[in-house]
Amino acid sequence: MSEQRRYKWVGTRQNRPDGADKVTGRARFGADFNLPGELVGKVLRSPHAHAVIKSIDVSKAAALPGVKAVVTGADFPEQPDQLLPAGEMQVNLRDVTRNVMAKEKALYEGHAIAAVAATTAAVAQEALSLIKVDYEVLPHVIDVQEAMKDGAPILHPHMRTDGVKPAPEKASNIAKRLEFNKGDAAAGFGKADIVIEREFTTQPVHQGYIEPHAALASAAEDGQVQLWTTTQGHFQVRGFCCRLLNLETSQLRVTPSEIGGGFGGKTVVYLEPVAIRLSQKAGKPVKMVMSREEVFRASGPTSGGWVKVKMGAKKDGTIVAADITVALQAGAFAGSPVGPSCMCSMACYDVENIHVVGYDVVSNRPKVAAYRAPGAPISAWAVESVVDMVAQELNIDPIDLRLKNAAKQGTKTHYGPTFGVIGMVETLEAAKASPHYKSKVKPGYARGVAAGFWFNVGADSSAAAHVGEDGSVTIISGNPDIGGSRASLALMAAEELGIDYKKVRPIVADTASIGFNFVTGGSRVTFATGLAVVNATRDMIGQLKQRAAKLWEVDVDAVVWEDGEARPSSTNVGKFEPLSLAKLAASASRTGGPINGHAQLNAQGAGPGFGVHIVDLKVDPDTGICTIDRYTAVQDVGTAIHPSYVEGQLQGGAAQGIGWALNEEYIYDAKGRLLNPGFLDYRMPVASDLPMIETVLVEVPNPAHPYGVRGVGEVPIIPPMAAIGSAIARATGVRMVDLPISPPRLSAALDAATPRMAAE
Amino acid sequence: MMEAQYRAPGSVDEAVALMAGAGGKGRVLAGGTDLLVQMRAGMVAPGLIVDVKRIAEMTAISQIAGAWRVGAAVTGAEIHDHAGLKKAWPGVVEAINLIGSKQVQGRASAGGNLCNASPAADSVPALVAAGAIATVQGPNGRREVPVEQIPAGPGKTSLKPGEIVVSFTLPARPAGSGDAYLRLIPRTEMDIAVVGCGVNLTMKDGTCTAARVALGAVAPTVLLVEGAAKALVGSKLDDKAIEAAAAACRAACKPIDDKRGTIVYRTKIAGVLLKRAVAIAAERARSN
Repeated sequence: MSEQRRYKWVGTRQNRPDGADKVTGRARFGADFNLPGELVGKVLRSPHAHAVIKSIDVSKAAALPGVKAVVTGADFPEQPDQLLPAGEMQVNLRDVTRNVMAKEKALYEGHAIAAVAATTAAVAQEALSLIKVDYEVLPHVIDVQEAMKDGAPILHPHMRTDGVKPAPEKASNIAKRLEFNKGDAAAGFGKADIVIEREFTTQPVHQGYIEPHAALASAAEDGQVQLWTTTQGHFQVRGFCCRLLNLETSQLRVTPSEIGGGFGGKTVVYLEPVAIRLSQKAGKPVKMVMSREEVFRASGPTSGGWVKVKMGAKKDGTIVAADITVALQAGAFAGSPVGPSCMCSMACYDVENIHVVGYDVVSNRPKVAAYRAPGAPISAWAVESVVDMVAQELNIDPIDLRLKNAAKQGTKTHYGPTFGVIGMVETLEAAKASPHYKSKVKPGYARGVAAGFWFNVGADSSAAAHVGEDGSVTIISGNPDIGGSRASLALMAAEELGIDYKKVRPIVADTASIGFNFVTGGSRVTFATGLAVVNATRDMIGQLKQRAAKLWEVDVDAVVWEDGEARPSSTNVGKFEPLSLAKLAASASRTGGPINGHAQLNAQGAGPGFGVHIVDLKVDPDTGICTIDRYTAVQDVGTAIHPSYVEGQLQGGAAQGIGWALNEEYIYDAKGRLLNPGFLDYRMPVASDLPMIETVLVEVPNPAHPYGVRGVGEVPIIPPMAAIGSAIARATGVRMVDLPISPPRLSAALDAATPRMAAE
Repeated sequence: MMEAQYRAPGSVDEAVALMAGAGGKGRVLAGGTDLLVQMRAGMVAPGLIVDVKRIAEMTAISQIAGAWRVGAAVTGAEIHDHAGLKKAWPGVVEAINLIGSKQVQGRASAGGNLCNASPAADSVPALVAAGAIATVQGPNGRREVPVEQIPAGPGKTSLKPGEIVVSFTLPARPAGSGDAYLRLIPRTEMDIAVVGCGVNLTMKDGTCTAARVALGAVAPTVLLVEGAAKALVGSKLDDKAIEAAAAACRAACKPIDDKRGTIVYRTKIAGVLLKRAVAIAAERARSN
């Protein structure tokens, strides 16, 4: 931030508009909404990983005093086999309705089978125990590679692998095969001096948001429905619920709560359609809140995966070819992020010959949901580990090797597009120049480096700007704020208007109070909704100038807007006292009525982001415990509208990636039941596990945005796993290929590498 | 669905009478950091909750003829702030202070930790290594029981119906004594021991004259490892003796593979922690 500041508000660190409410406990999260007469809704979940539901008898539950409604899969209409966009993922409505409430089969332990609404939680709980489900338990499959084998238990008898010619006749758990080609990989390996080939795996990891899913639905007798819920996209919730329940969008008004974390996991529906259906049947509002155990058993983690990487390089470090296979576990229904995983795999590098194949695989686990840069961390774990192996083999500094092969403006990606203005080279150079990388590695420690790429997203946004009677401004958008977006939107509006940030109040409106907004996801909000806010503010400024022109009786072209007031464009226009927002607001009725600006758009030109992470760690050879001593996240962030929240994104992503690398995993028993559905044994990092995560913000502005915004939230979860794995490899000489690198696993690998160290 | 009754008696006699009258449906509440969690999770549904935190004898720390008596319901936070206890039994205090988080320390007690009967309870290996004696009172009066005899298996104790652990007595001991407790967890806090190891030593002129070693989370109950103690006593804590003690610890392990660790890993770590805990206890013994 040494360069001269171009802006008055953009790039400053103001208090967030939602801060006071959050630190004082006033903020209302999903479970904080209540209505008179509300009932408690609870879900009965499958105890089996895979079973045919032969029958469900709800008669005893329905007869229990206090029970007002019971629903099963039969209460949700059949849906077409049709894909819809949902955040960064695609979903199939036929599957969505079955994930919300099972129909023919229970496909994972925790799958919703039935739900009740009752006067108290205790009655609802007792009612669940009175529902009799007759299951025929089937063999199940958990692991992605097992699920791909011939003879694996088949989840969906109608599933044929898409993308294979000729179309297969046999049912398979492989939903889809994808392929990307650039150049000729096979020929490229012929030019290589060294070729490294290795297989890697990752475990599914949960987004781990602190706030469990919660919804309150109120369906009135006239068919109108209101819903309060914690979500990253209330318009998406509206869309899903209306499709699943045959409602018109105008009949359902969805109000988003403050959100206690989402990270992609709150872009789909679980409780919402159930709460509405129960409310419709009971004639009363119904509130549902998941327990933490339900969150783990039934809501989406991201995929686990298997990745094979073959990479060839010349002695000078030029990577000449890469051949990559990615198989991602989608959970019980098709639709893993294998597409982005394949696309991101080699996007950091300008390599002539690339071949990538992907497989989308179903197994008896909860359906995956988006999680920060969906799919990218999985392929990056493998590719970046192999890039580090190339650097080690050729004895080249890992940043220099990446600089030699870095993608730049004009690089054609293996998945199609040619990069415009990007900051991979600048990010690598900033990493190299960082205080961390320039410091000497402490004795007993080792350093690892890895890079990451994410596209970032644009899509549909609407915004409005209203001037109050006193000249203060309300900015209305429709994206739940999961990362400080309200502060960023207000900063851009204040910058445009030339008024104090504190005079601008940003709010997130419900689905009936602002036009459509696509979900908060893909790191799109500050870019796309930011663009809508800038345009709405400019629309308002245009009107303010017209009002001034009217009062001065001059042409509108003779009025300029500067520093929060209308001024004559030159002395030739005449001598007029500038008109402030307050003055123009006070005279609004006389000049044409209220002054509001609006904008709606489909934002094009989202700027890709690149990150480079550096970690210093030590390994306790006796216990396999890794201690992270220093960690730096370097990233091209376009322009940091609010630097603190940009840094927070980098730190949060790195912390989640460190958990993914070292400890997080789902542990299943032989029957496919999850053994660790809680934060005690699903080990996300705690504060004392991490050093302060240092950040370096590289600003290569995105030309498609007036303030140069690039999305920043996804990239920082991509590099940590390979940075840590590479540091461990350099510390111990052992290259870990399976995540998480938990103490027992690392200890076993170290003992296998040096048998004399093993316990007698 | 039955509602639980709550009582907070002022004496052990009263508490024992309440428990006896509850016909097996009574549960003692000390800090409640296990009991309330188990109730919320639907794992237990007691008919009567007997809160023992208002009983003076159960919430006091006192010293009698060099021995320390610690009420079973004294919180971890109070123990943390007790300079005398900390100086005499730093390993026991550290172990108790590892239970849960800072917030949990404000409620949790060693008595609750023992009676919850988790094989991974942090305070128990340290108390066993210390040779702590539990004072137990029931319908048939009081008895003194070595701590290692109280756990009977995961979630099970040897306490008879209606019996309550009232206090622990940590014995007086000679100069040159020191204790230590170490546990391994994958994270740095907020976790449950994969292995725990308590060591209590007395050193005289560089030779170990007395030792007790206990292991947690490697068997259905906390183990007193007499073989490890034998390997240490009479030695100068040289590498050979310590390796023999570590081998005895590994041999004593009867762990399971579960979500917190593997058999191979737990067995290996038992030896690693023994060596590290002996080093700390020996250092403390030398400076006492």
